[in-house]
Amino acid sequence: MQAKKIQKVLILGSGGLKIGQAGEFDYSGSQAIKALKEENIVTILINPNIATVQTDKGLADKIYFLPVKTKFVRQIIEKEKPDSILLSFGGQTALNCGLDLYRKGILKKNKVRILGTPVQTIEKTEDRDLFVKELDQIKVETPKSIAVNSKKQAFEKIKEIGFPMIVRAAYSLGGKGSGFAKNKAELTGLLDKAFNYSKQVLLEESLKGWKEVEYEVVRDKFDNCVTVCNMENFDPLGVHTGESIVVAPSQTLDNREYHFLRTLSIKIIRHLGIVGECNIQFALNPKKLEYRVIEVNARLSRSSALASKATGYPLAYVAAKLALGKKLYEIKNAITKKTFACFEPALDYLVLKFPRWDLNKFRRVDTQIGSEMKSVGEVMAIGRSFEEIIQKAIRMLQTGSYGFTDWSFEFKDLKKEIKNPTPRRIFAIAKALEEGWTVEKISRLSQIDSWFIHKLKKISDYRDTIDSLKKEIEFRKIKDFDEEKIKTGKYKKHALYKIKSVKNKRKVFKVLLEAKKLGFSDAQIGWYLFVNESQIRVIRKKLDIRPFVKQIDTLAAEFPAQTNYLYFTYHAVENDLDLENKKEKKAVVLGSGPYCIGSSVEFDWCCVNTIRTFRKNGYKTVMINYNPETVSTDYDECDKLYFDELSEERVLDVWDFEKPQGLVVSMGGQIPNNLALKLHKEKVRIFGTKAVDIDKAEDRHKFSSLLDKLKISQPKWNEFSKISNALKFSEEVGYPVLVRPSYVLSGLAMSVAYNKNHLKNYLKIATQISFEHPVVVSKFEINAKEIEVDAVAQNGKILIYAIGEHVENAGVHSGDATIVLPGQKLYLETIRRVKRITKDIARELKITGPFNIQFLAKANDIKVIECNLRASRSFPFSSKITGYNFIRIASQAMMNKYKKKEYNTIDLDYVGVKAPQFSFSRLKGADPVLGVEMTSTGEVASIGDSLEEAFLKSMYAVNFKKPKKNIFISIGPLEAKLDFVNYIQRLKALNYNVYCSKGTARVCFKKGVKVEFLDFEYSPKKEQGNGKVLEHFKAKNIRLVINIPKDLNKKGFSKGYYIRTATVDANIPLINNLQLAKLLVRSLEKDPDLKIKSWDEYLNYR
Amino acid sequence: MKKAQLVLEDGSRFEGFSFGSSRENDGEVVFNTGMVGYNESLTDPSYSGQILVFTYPLIGNYGVPGDKKIQGISTVFESSRAHVRGLIVSQYCQNYSHWKAKSSLGDFLKSQKIPAITGIDTRALTKKLRQKGVMLGKILIKNYGKKFSSLNFHDPNERDLVKQVCAKKVTGYFGSGSLKNAKTSVKKILFLDCGAKNNIFHSFLKYKVQIIRVPKDYNIKNQDFDGLFISNGPGDPEKNPQTIKSVKWAIEKNKPVFGICLGQQIMGLAAGAKKFKLKYGHRSQNQPCIELGTNRCYLTSQNHGFCVDKKSLKKDWEPWFVNANDGTLEGIKHKSQRFFAVQFHPEATPGPNDTNWLIKKFVDIL
Repeated sequence: MQAKKIQKVLILGSGGLKIGQAGEFDYSGSQAIKALKEENIVTILINPNIATVQTDKGLADKIYFLPVKTKFVRQIIEKEKPDSILLSFGGQTALNCGLDLYRKGILKKNKVRILGTPVQTIEKTEDRDLFVKELDQIKVETPKSIAVNSKKQAFEKIKEIGFPMIVRAAYSLGGKGSGFAKNKAELTGLLDKAFNYSKQVLLEESLKGWKEVEYEVVRDKFDNCVTVCNMENFDPLGVHTGESIVVAPSQTLDNREYHFLRTLSIKIIRHLGIVGECNIQFALNPKKLEYRVIEVNARLSRSSALASKATGYPLAYVAAKLALGKKLYEIKNAITKKTFACFEPALDYLVLKFPRWDLNKFRRVDTQIGSEMKSVGEVMAIGRSFEEIIQKAIRMLQTGSYGFTDWSFEFKDLKKEIKNPTPRRIFAIAKALEEGWTVEKISRLSQIDSWFIHKLKKISDYRDTIDSLKKEIEFRKIKDFDEEKIKTGKYKKHALYKIKSVKNKRKVFKVLLEAKKLGFSDAQIGWYLFVNESQIRVIRKKLDIRPFVKQIDTLAAEFPAQTNYLYFTYHAVENDLDLENKKEKKAVVLGSGPYCIGSSVEFDWCCVNTIRTFRKNGYKTVMINYNPETVSTDYDECDKLYFDELSEERVLDVWDFEKPQGLVVSMGGQIPNNLALKLHKEKVRIFGTKAVDIDKAEDRHKFSSLLDKLKISQPKWNEFSKISNALKFSEEVGYPVLVRPSYVLSGLAMSVAYNKNHLKNYLKIATQISFEHPVVVSKFEINAKEIEVDAVAQNGKILIYAIGEHVENAGVHSGDATIVLPGQKLYLETIRRVKRITKDIARELKITGPFNIQFLAKANDIKVIECNLRASRSFPFSSKITGYNFIRIASQAMMNKYKKKEYNTIDLDYVGVKAPQFSFSRLKGADPVLGVEMTSTGEVASIGDSLEEAFLKSMYAVNFKKPKKNIFISIGPLEAKLDFVNYIQRLKALNYNVYCSKGTARVCFKKGVKVEFLDFEYSPKKEQGNGKVLEHFKAKNIRLVINIPKDLNKKGFSKGYYIRTATVDANIPLINNLQLAKLLVRSLEKDPDLKIKSWDEYLNYR
Repeated sequence: MKKAQLVLEDGSRFEGFSFGSSRENDGEVVFNTGMVGYNESLTDPSYSGQILVFTYPLIGNYGVPGDKKIQGISTVFESSRAHVRGLIVSQYCQNYSHWKAKSSLGDFLKSQKIPAITGIDTRALTKKLRQKGVMLGKILIKNYGKKFSSLNFHDPNERDLVKQVCAKKVTGYFGSGSLKNAKTSVKKILFLDCGAKNNIFHSFLKYKVQIIRVPKDYNIKNQDFDGLFISNGPGDPEKNPQTIKSVKWAIEKNKPVFGICLGQQIMGLAAGAKKFKLKYGHRSQNQPCIELGTNRCYLTSQNHGFCVDKKSLKKDWEPWFVNANDGTLEGIKHKSQRFFAVQFHPEATPGPNDTNWLIKKFVDIL
């Protein structure tokens, strides 16, 4: 071929997981590396996201845990001298960095060529004006938008846009002065308002209520094109596709529309000259054949990860091959191994993606969903009817719902809830259907196609039919209750009866089978009948109603395929698979479910490494997971993949069908861990630590008495069902105390009460404290250090452990903490005690497998605050920093295949620092503070020769920028002010201009430190602030804000809250913790050389 | 809904519910893997004699549109009526939603007297057809559960299916601009209708041509024309000896000839090649076809059970397109003359129209 052969390729990763850019890029990057390796190309990966599979040994040839930033990438290029670079596998982060490298001439200077889609094309898709011009050239329509400078001009342009139109003031933040005009009168009003804010006003055509449809398109450099998948959004245009429920393939498009948009997609990808993959979003008029192109993503995206999982077509893998110049029809279809990549999958099932939100983890966040992404993860359900998959998906979210008919909140204004989408709109629709609203009414309000609402109605209506089963079955009471009160909802989700016998078998068979086809779970059916889900399972199995296993083969059974990609459905009469070899050893690994705050890519890493280890040891591995953003759901990672629910019911279905040696429940985080005891009761074998021992650590009471027995200290705590008792206890142990509801109502969070009033308020307002819903109150230790141990044991004996130290004091959720490994500031005595306690607990619980213990340390007083007998969030970090794969060791221990070895995890010649990645800028109104509830969406980690070096690298990786001159500091608590004055002095010594808020400045003056005072006034009534600070923010004078909040429990809006959110909105780095601020000052002082060293270069020093 | 059954000639039964006409038709059971386009497929004359199984599980979602015609040819349906003998789906959708829809699929099928069954594990059925090859089958509604030994199955391929669906008379059509500017010559295409899909006409009529549509056995020797076209159609190509003769004659007279689907099989037979029956046919919208001698591979829409044998091509002929999946012949052309044909459907409907350029290619060489 032409030019130089491709020999060494640099791949840019996506960094820490954040809203809008999550685990899907671990999947696409991993596939790209696999595709390149097959061609014997040397790969160098830069990605500070240490919890990813792509940064594992054995994949890329060299890995740099460094920020994906021009400064670092340039140095890597100079050092490694790659001949080519891939920009499209690391999301927007990689793309932006790549464009910058190109524009600065760094790629040209170093003779690095960009593989795949040319930069000019990327620029055309990134710049709105260029994009519209390009598409105009080929007469492809984009939404009309005209800028006007006067009212007169606006009226002249009415015809071009047409009513209804959107009127928007140009250059105004937060959509001020914009609105929706249906006629001239409304337009006049809006123009008057808009011209108040801005000299220029934009008139845009409104596509409100149009369908949103996406196509995933692939093109090789020979102009061969295919559309791999199309998808239709359940929510109409206006809701970001990442926030929408999405189905694939499209359901309401006829042949004409489907292929009309398909042909356009191909026309667009050809004109733009994309080589590889792109995603095209269309708006489609629901009333006539009319469309607009909304967006083209010239890179792998969340949608392409979804499309890959939906169809079985490995888009990222194929895109990487095409970037190397291969022909589409030369690449084998990896699923069928018989057909080729130049082909469009035919589905004989349908899939549904449901976004996973976690908004109630944030203080004061706006819960409306719209054009901005707020969800933190997603689930994908596969089945053979819409009813089946929507119910599966709702359960997969793991937000406590049994299905479409089950929700646990009240709707005050149903109409509003249906019209203005929030994460709970689906249940507002369910409620409306239950109340008898017509399909047409719901469809009109929500602008969701009536096709979908009709299907939902079928589910809703079926509740009565299930209810009618009460007459056909004979029950036996299992507890005393007041039958009168059943109707009041008092016994919701209670098992009151057991099934004695089935009276009318034929009727029950018919109703149950149809219920299963409509996606009802056993628990959901049991709930209507007030029986346990296992009761339903028993009669269901007796009546021989069971789900069938079907394969995803990309071509609707047209050719025989050796695919291992599976799902369950009730719309079937036979399994696609026979269990060929009953003798082979088989292990089932339960995955982690949806990414949400607190459970993310790290658990996927654990699962993937578990599968790999079991496979290596002669096991056939079976994976159950349903998160399309994961590597564990990649077709080539396990022997069999069940893309299905992680529920007791479904896991038992797999257990019954596969008959494996056992299940691994300790690698996927809390979801599989919670199933351990239930599965154990159903006689399922579990690898590693016994379910009853897991329960001893999970059950607060059991674990507490275990600690007492082992004479291990713990913070004082108790459970209360009466407010007065809780108050009395708190007085005794002394405030502050930590309160948490043991039964989660409407997603209520934990909180710290600093005094009696706080506690009273919390208990009164937020919880229905009662015997059935008690609260747990525990002594909250302040000024204590937090230490974490990740360890692996076998039969109660420790095999390996790592001790990590939090930078922030206790009180910051461990998921939001900055963690140093090995600990740099721990006393030897502390380490010794921590080790001893870890050993004692492991022995007592007879642990086999991974576990994690969290400690509080005050001087040498060590308390245990939590223990989980499963892999923890920090396992990949501990493994990669120490260079020993903890999960491999744990898996070997669970298989009883472990061979003894010595490890050094404490005395390392380098330091690893893990830093949290926040997404506050995506969440309007959310207060960016650290507290007892986790709020970070991802994490990164870097390695350095010193703590300061590693710390700075990891801070840069989460978008910290070194301030040039001006810093603004406002510190709440008085002790903290006094404590930090010295550091302010040191910042000044580094030639920084320090600006302070009033209180902080006052303390500085008193101590003789000269700082500038910036005024700031805040009116809580108007929720508006003003003052010099904001002007400086706007003028970009201030490049760092240190704000230490005083009291997080204050109701309403405070000055501090306003400053913090303004900082985030202005895209200024914010430091909101005292210990973190101190470490930052020390690091700036030390100003270490940030060395460009690969992971291997550090490990060689181990 | 009434219970209904599909009985296959091997005795196996699939049970569901009737949502179409109450007739109990028999036919050759075939499957199609397209995810959209049921209205187009149902009215495609090539399906006559066949009971059609859709592998996509949800059918009827967008209802059935009202008809709209140009020069008497429907732009919505592929012919004037539904041709399948029956329809088998996994989940029929009664509550359709589409701005074009005029009726539900069930009502349309009833009006067309076509029986249909919903609630079938169509994947299981498809796998059976794939493994054992296409089979004859019968839909039972009134006779639900009737003993197998008392059922009769008729093989539609033994009949002259084309005769039943092709044009009965000669009709002329005028392509875009062919009437306005009579001074420049308008090319005449003689269109041998073997059960042609309507969109083939619409695809030609975009160009400045005149089309003379004639029945398949029409005596073409007395007709004045610039090029001969042979359409798609149902069944075994060898059941059309007169058509094959006509094509032979045109080739001898060195008239440009183009064929689609059955048209390719007839051209192949006329050129001395042999046909064979595929085990379960190609019926889908995602068949990749490589154009030999280029770097191009096209996605095509297909619906055929018979195929020209690659090895039997005579020395003046060469393969043009081959199927990327199974290597079968998807296009043939003469090495030096203007005779060519494709096995797939460039006119699409249903399916991708990536190969629509072939229509223009033929018009251009006239």
